[in-house]
Amino acid sequence: MTNTIIFTVVSLTILGFVLAWILYLVAQKFKVNEDPRIDNVEAILPGANCGGCGYAGCRAFAEACVKADDLESLYCPVGGNDVMKNVAGSLGLKVVEKVPQVAVVRCNGNCDAREKVNHYDGFGSCAVMAGLYAGDTGCSYGCLGQGDCVAVCNFDAIHMDPRTGLPEVDQDKCTACGACVKACPKFIIELRNKGPKNRRIFVSCVNKDKGGVARKACDVACIGCYKCQKACAYDAITITDNLAYIDYNKCKLCRKCVTECPTHAIWEVNFPVRVPKKTESATIEQ
Amino acid sequence: MSKTFSIGGIHPNDSKISANAAIEDFPVMDMAYISVSQHLGAPAEPVVAKGDKVKTGQLVAKASGFISANIHSSVSGTVSSIELLPDIFGNMVKHIVVKVEGDEWLETIDRSPDIIRETKLSSKEIIDKIAECGVVGLGGAAFPTHIKLSPPPGKKAEYLLVNGAECEPYLTSDYRIMVETPEQILIGVELMMRALGVDKAYFGIEENKPEAIKVMKKLTSASYGSIKIVPLKKRYPQGGEKQLIDAILKRQVPSMGLPIDVGVVVQNVGTALAVYEAVQKNKPLFEGIVTVTGKCMTEQRNFKLRVGANMNNVMFAIGGFPKDAVKLISGGPMMGKAVSRMEAASVKSTSAFLLLTEDETKRGEEGNCIRCAKCVDSCPMGLEPYLLNRLSRAGRLDDLEANMVHDCIECGSCMYSCPANIPLLDTIRLAKAQVIKIIRSRPKK
Repeated sequence: MTNTIIFTVVSLTILGFVLAWILYLVAQKFKVNEDPRIDNVEAILPGANCGGCGYAGCRAFAEACVKADDLESLYCPVGGNDVMKNVAGSLGLKVVEKVPQVAVVRCNGNCDAREKVNHYDGFGSCAVMAGLYAGDTGCSYGCLGQGDCVAVCNFDAIHMDPRTGLPEVDQDKCTACGACVKACPKFIIELRNKGPKNRRIFVSCVNKDKGGVARKACDVACIGCYKCQKACAYDAITITDNLAYIDYNKCKLCRKCVTECPTHAIWEVNFPVRVPKKTESATIEQ
Repeated sequence: MSKTFSIGGIHPNDSKISANAAIEDFPVMDMAYISVSQHLGAPAEPVVAKGDKVKTGQLVAKASGFISANIHSSVSGTVSSIELLPDIFGNMVKHIVVKVEGDEWLETIDRSPDIIRETKLSSKEIIDKIAECGVVGLGGAAFPTHIKLSPPPGKKAEYLLVNGAECEPYLTSDYRIMVETPEQILIGVELMMRALGVDKAYFGIEENKPEAIKVMKKLTSASYGSIKIVPLKKRYPQGGEKQLIDAILKRQVPSMGLPIDVGVVVQNVGTALAVYEAVQKNKPLFEGIVTVTGKCMTEQRNFKLRVGANMNNVMFAIGGFPKDAVKLISGGPMMGKAVSRMEAASVKSTSAFLLLTEDETKRGEEGNCIRCAKCVDSCPMGLEPYLLNRLSRAGRLDDLEANMVHDCIECGSCMYSCPANIPLLDTIRLAKAQVIKIIRSRPKK
């Protein structure tokens, strides 16, 4: 009995050492020498693996940074300028700074403004719904409200507002990784500059129908009337296919277009409330 | 023993409750909304303007581009506007709106009931005539017929297959024309054979239509010897092009290929009738047989409906939207599309309007996949829907392509047979669109 135990322990111990030795030899033989800087850069990165940089994850991005000669085309939107400064510092490269951005939802067709014309009872996904038909409202460009953008967000920064049926971005949590931009089948979400003091102005509509058709479908649609373009002193507004677009690099945030817009399709965010006589414009406090 | 396709397929209850309702003329509406995009391919270009007088059968929009079809007025009256109106999907499409005044047909259209069989036209003349009359495939996809009858250079058709399977439940429009106008259909088939230069045609009819098989067999044995009637076992989706070729000829269309790759052209019976009317009667395609059916309706109807009648007109004709109905489907219950707007108008390829109640349409709650493989057994293309569903949700497009998602014919058999109510078709269709886009964007070898 004791002999059996001793024999078992000894033989297994020897076997263990032999196998460990083989494993050690194999590990030495197939050792991959990795640049230690990759680990350093990865440690600096946020580690969300969101893919906002265009790479498969933070490690892939770190590898790309180490290989690259300059950081011109590499940017981690989640970490922002601080993280990129550290990355550049650890690699001894020049810092490339970018203006912080945020996702904006360019549809304001809530339940009151945009009447439902049918009821969708299919699979709850915007992509599937968009593949089937134009949507459950009269507007074939607007938000479908099934929440694909909410499902892809890694940062809990976008939520469906039950009152309006539209997604709402939490600007403090949003990292501008662009996942929701890619997920939206209607191309409603756009990354725009966060702006000084988080103030920004944008056209909250993507309807390209002619004015009459767009207005019939939604009370707050851009009707392509050119009023905002005429009011803009900085040449920031262009109108293509009956839809106005504000170039955030040219916009000086003067808010003239906001008051001009007859359908309140142009939104101003985080501006102080205006003097009472002008408050009818769509000012929202986030 | 009757023929059928080799793999997959399901046996839904055929519910052909409107089979015995004879075709009746739909009352001419007050306004006709004629879409310029009733076919696959480029929308037609309107050739009339506001205020113009048009007659029934007059050309109102001309084909633009290679894949396109002419569009003719289905009514006579004055063009009141050309505007953007929603189609059944809610997309804004240019429509020619005609205010109806009387019903005056073009003099060139032969309205007599005589059946004309003789023709002296050559193959090219027949195809030109079909193109001029704007005939499109009435099996559902509305592909312009004249293009289908002109095989690309280097390819030669051996057989013409006529699709009288009508495997979709509820639909009876093809059955009614096979029973009521069999000889016209057979002449249409002969004309298409002449256009293609083939001397043999197979005519597939499912066994749940014994009356149609009997009538057709009697006629073919008497005087249309080159057309062979093939009774088919009742099985969905027998009417799919690839399934029909498999069932009748046992040939397999290659992946991403067309029937012409195996020497076959498939045409629907409705198309055959339209070809007959276009070539022999000079009548453009502006009306078709539409089944209006549903278990919630007291009376089942088969209408000869003109293009451009909107849903409100149709509902008025059947005595109002039935109380229990919640869903209106254009086409059959398996592959039909839900009508999302009542302003939408009927088009050339409209084959049925089906009304369903809430109990009939409601989706069950989605459960977990229990690996029963019913979807695999039912897929007529030999795919693995459960796997494609998972890959699609994970967005793995390369694996989806390796698993041939682009071969899916969107018949819905997998979703029909799934005991866990998994929306297989929804997710697969989404992936299929993305994969096909990638395949098409690759440079050709």
